[in-house]
Amino acid sequence: MKNKYSIFSLIKNAFSYHENWQRAWRDPEPKKEYDAIIVGGGGHGLATAFYLAKKHNMKNIAVVEKGWIGGGNTGRNTTIIRSNYLWDASAGLYDHALKIWEGLSQELNYNVMFSQRGVMNLAHNLQDVRDLKRRTHANRLNGIDAVWLNTEEVKKFCPIINTSPNIRYPVLGGTLQKRAGTARHDAVAWGYARGADAMGVDIIQNCEVKGIKRNGDSVEGIETTKGFIKTKKIGVVAAGHSSVIANMVDIKLPLESKPLQALVSEPVKPIIDTVVMSNAVHAYVSQSDKGELVIGAGTDAYISYTQRGSHDVVEGTLKAILELYPIFSRMKMLRQWGGIVDICPDASPIISKTHIKGLYFNCGWGTGGFKATPGSGDLFAYTIANDEPHKLNADFNINRFISGDLVDEHGAAAVAH
Amino acid sequence: MFLINCPYCGERDQSEFTAGGEAHIVRPKQPTELSDDQWAEFLFMRKNIKGVQLERWNHSHGCRKWFNMVRDTSNDRIHAVYKMGQKPPIE
Repeated sequence: MKNKYSIFSLIKNAFSYHENWQRAWRDPEPKKEYDAIIVGGGGHGLATAFYLAKKHNMKNIAVVEKGWIGGGNTGRNTTIIRSNYLWDASAGLYDHALKIWEGLSQELNYNVMFSQRGVMNLAHNLQDVRDLKRRTHANRLNGIDAVWLNTEEVKKFCPIINTSPNIRYPVLGGTLQKRAGTARHDAVAWGYARGADAMGVDIIQNCEVKGIKRNGDSVEGIETTKGFIKTKKIGVVAAGHSSVIANMVDIKLPLESKPLQALVSEPVKPIIDTVVMSNAVHAYVSQSDKGELVIGAGTDAYISYTQRGSHDVVEGTLKAILELYPIFSRMKMLRQWGGIVDICPDASPIISKTHIKGLYFNCGWGTGGFKATPGSGDLFAYTIANDEPHKLNADFNINRFISGDLVDEHGAAAVAH
Repeated sequence: MFLINCPYCGERDQSEFTAGGEAHIVRPKQPTELSDDQWAEFLFMRKNIKGVQLERWNHSHGCRKWFNMVRDTSNDRIHAVYKMGQKPPIE
């Protein structure tokens, strides 16, 4: 049984110089057989395991991770959480996640530092203004909070933005979702891992999947670097490496994997207390609790699994940042990194069964998966446990690419993909 | 970011080029005969290989010609460049 984290446990452990904290999760060897195996120990995978155990009473399950948990895109994103998507299907999906975020620290007994500091999306041309106003209306019809701000209101909400009409892409206004914000990305992985482990889920790190064993139309287990593990249900949540797993069973997915970059500056005193995103010039910025500016850049336009990304992409983003925030001109950047994102042709995810019985995929989150972590895990757990999709992820099945019923969030979702 | 040896212009910076995705996906000869499954396969489904992949590239800020490339997507190393219509030099 896990000790509950509280003010009292904090004080108690302070007396022993914080040297006797209990391990947050075990480091088990794989069993011979599980009722279900989740491939991929990122936020989405761990959340899936957590909700399978908590809501669907499946305790004999494992999460296998080729590296360490939260070491992929969960630890590489810019931690932005919002639900201001255009289409009904997306609004349902992302707002489901946002509602779970609002109570997540309590649910997990783990501080994920969810901060509803608001996310503002800027408009820089007439088409932006029209698109963003349309999205504001669509959001409100779906019960999602959204307001339109004119240039003066943008300046008032975030005073360091350069709202001069004389810059190359002047700020013509913006939208604001106040319930949106950020969270501590590592804590999300750790919190879900700790919660899942407490319910008996085996989290097996340094265990790479090498093959999937099939018997006709159903799965029998996975070949891993730690040997064969038998199971009847496999949920693949491998982000940028989803196609690698799919190719093992000759399934083709509509994905392309590309490096997406982010960077942080040296830490400074509080200067920006919200998240500002700009679609047209592709620059977004927020400030971490440590004081670093967290800046999101774009993807490289070619397929690559290199987890680094090109210099010209960063350069383009920083040019835009400097024009919008001249005050940052002498900031020094500390770190830059890339994560491999799996992008669908319609920029919407896939949470779906496949034609192979017992094989499920949760992928295609592209450049914006972090915000959906709790909702994605919850709905994927439902799909695996019941062998059918929840109504919130029914539209995100893999067959939409055959029927043509796409959920086109390209550009519509407040950020250019 | 890397250098690409355009078969028409020689070595240039990658930022001059546009990637066109997986190569040798043949356009259906009789589109009217295709089922929805076959359309999905042609339009959307990709191997997305981690490793050596055959790709189409366009020198969009140069000669604007299309060509093919053998590239390892796990380390961005280019093994060969060849013209449209030619067979890949290595498998």
